[in-house]
Amino acid sequence: MPASTYAKTGRTPLREELVENPYLPYPVRIDDIVVESEDRNLKTFKFVFLNPDEEAKFAYKAGQFAELSIAGVGEIPIGIASSPVEKGFIKFTINKAGLVTSHLHNMKVGDIMGVRGPLGNWYPWETLEGKNILIVGGGFAFTTLRSSIIYLLDPANRKKFKNITVVYGARSPGMLLYKDELIAWEKRDDIDMHITVDGTSDPSWKYNVGFVPPITEQKAPQGDADSYAIVCGPPIMIKFTQPVLEKLGYDHDHIILSLENRMKCGIGMCGRCGIGRELVCKDGPVFTLAQINRTPREY
Amino acid sequence: MKVIKIEKSQWSQGLDNLRDAFRLFGPVIEKGFYDYRELAAGQAPDLSFQNTRLSPKSLVFPQSETMLNYSLDPADPERNIMKEAPKDYAPRAVIGLRPCDAKAMVLVKMNFDTEEYQDPYWLNLYNATTFVGLACDAPCGTCFCTSAGCGPYHEEGLDVLLTDRDDHYLAKALTDKGAQLLEKAGWTQAADADTIIEKAKQAAEAKVTSKIETDGLRAADTMALYNAGFWDDVAFACINCGTCTFSCPTCWCFDIQDEAYRTKGVRMRNWDSCMFPIFTVHTTGHNPRDTKTQRVRQRFMHKLKYFVDKYDQGIMCVGCGRCVRQCPVNIDIRKVSALMNALSVQARCAV
Repeated sequence: MPASTYAKTGRTPLREELVENPYLPYPVRIDDIVVESEDRNLKTFKFVFLNPDEEAKFAYKAGQFAELSIAGVGEIPIGIASSPVEKGFIKFTINKAGLVTSHLHNMKVGDIMGVRGPLGNWYPWETLEGKNILIVGGGFAFTTLRSSIIYLLDPANRKKFKNITVVYGARSPGMLLYKDELIAWEKRDDIDMHITVDGTSDPSWKYNVGFVPPITEQKAPQGDADSYAIVCGPPIMIKFTQPVLEKLGYDHDHIILSLENRMKCGIGMCGRCGIGRELVCKDGPVFTLAQINRTPREY
Repeated sequence: MKVIKIEKSQWSQGLDNLRDAFRLFGPVIEKGFYDYRELAAGQAPDLSFQNTRLSPKSLVFPQSETMLNYSLDPADPERNIMKEAPKDYAPRAVIGLRPCDAKAMVLVKMNFDTEEYQDPYWLNLYNATTFVGLACDAPCGTCFCTSAGCGPYHEEGLDVLLTDRDDHYLAKALTDKGAQLLEKAGWTQAADADTIIEKAKQAAEAKVTSKIETDGLRAADTMALYNAGFWDDVAFACINCGTCTFSCPTCWCFDIQDEAYRTKGVRMRNWDSCMFPIFTVHTTGHNPRDTKTQRVRQRFMHKLKYFVDKYDQGIMCVGCGRCVRQCPVNIDIRKVSALMNALSVQARCAV
């Protein structure tokens, strides 16, 4: 931070002031807004950085999140839905739920706001290289999983990983996120897609009907030392998916979860997202089930 | 490092000399209680205090602080873009900090100064400050510093340690920062007083008879402590007032809020407390720490176990006794620690 921004009293500073301010958001412009779901409660926002060099500073990995920052309103931690292999923009899918998200849903293309990040850890891509990956997602928690799938399917990356299986479910066909991409992935032979809905009256629905846990039980491959499962969804889905994965043979240190908690700073300072010694914002949000078993479940 | 003798007759002149280079802060009595305030020209710190009611954490971590500011004016091309708020990080000196409170700053620094991120607000104020401590020769009955990794003459976190010797102070410079301050004040009379200070230290330590039991906590199983049966009893009387976290020198949790009026706004941070339900409530209404038992457990587990697990630098408590003295329902961290410690020892024996 330039010294000139400070009111000086004529006394000489004892030492250099810190330059980086991790609380200062990068300014971004809303470039596009897509309504994702039939209830219009989910919108995907595409942001472009006002200062191109800040896009380079925002280098992220699939599974990380950012604080979306609106002047006069506040900040919210949201998983990054775009993928590191997509350049020139970042995307977030937002459920309209509270003060900041409701305000955001009323903003327009061209509006200026802020993004702070990338924050938190990511899915352990280094560990996952050379392994089979099962991705289990539910509802609007599919955002960082979309980021992950785009990353995995990138021609430069796909050969580094073995079989990729995806089970993704929503309440109804109209509540599925990223439908065009889901259909395109269905047609590929290098990813095994299992889309499901809790229920539908649509006679043309040609995919699965059923909750995510039983569909996982039917469709997912057996777990072994070479297989990992990434699970992201509402608490109830995680609760009932865990025994299914155990039955399929996935060890607790091969089951990877992404947690949510109320956050403010996003950088491990403000203290509210702690679960035991771990801070969900900085030590997470990605944890293995084995790690979570050793931690109070205060999320 | 060297010890300087400061005659009390030279005290206020020295403080005046310091004002050219430092903003001075110190304990003053206000409405019957001591608190740290900026000292006006000619004002000396009131060093007859035992300790302040609130901790001095606000000196580097104001209860409410503007972080960023912005314009909301539709005509402003820079509208909605956050800017850093102007700050004054010119040198400050705190005169008369108790050693426990200085040690607390060292513990809190572990949170704000990490490998990945440095909190510029906390660290810039901390780095701008020279801490002149005052050794405790008459500890309070509720002080248990000597068993909390601290003591009445503890030097950690201080730049100078003053010992009150009736007609003079002995000032031990502990860092270069401290030596520079003594020099700027014009206090230069070297004293060979190591033995006097050591004797006074032993006498003061002997007066701290209250203890906190923590020896079993490090090896204890976190989940066994978390699931212990005593938490409902510990929390039974708690009214979730937050006095403990408010007065605690090692509590640092904060909230971030935007405040806007017409075309201008600020993003600020305010002290927060794990005692309040809203601290953790999700937008959905789900609250991971919904009951007061969960919140009371969080406070004690954080101070006495999670912090120990995370940093392996002892407990997140310096034994200042403020929470013990000020809790309206007499919840006592020493009793809670004893319960946790007893369970830890038991659990270890069972293995």
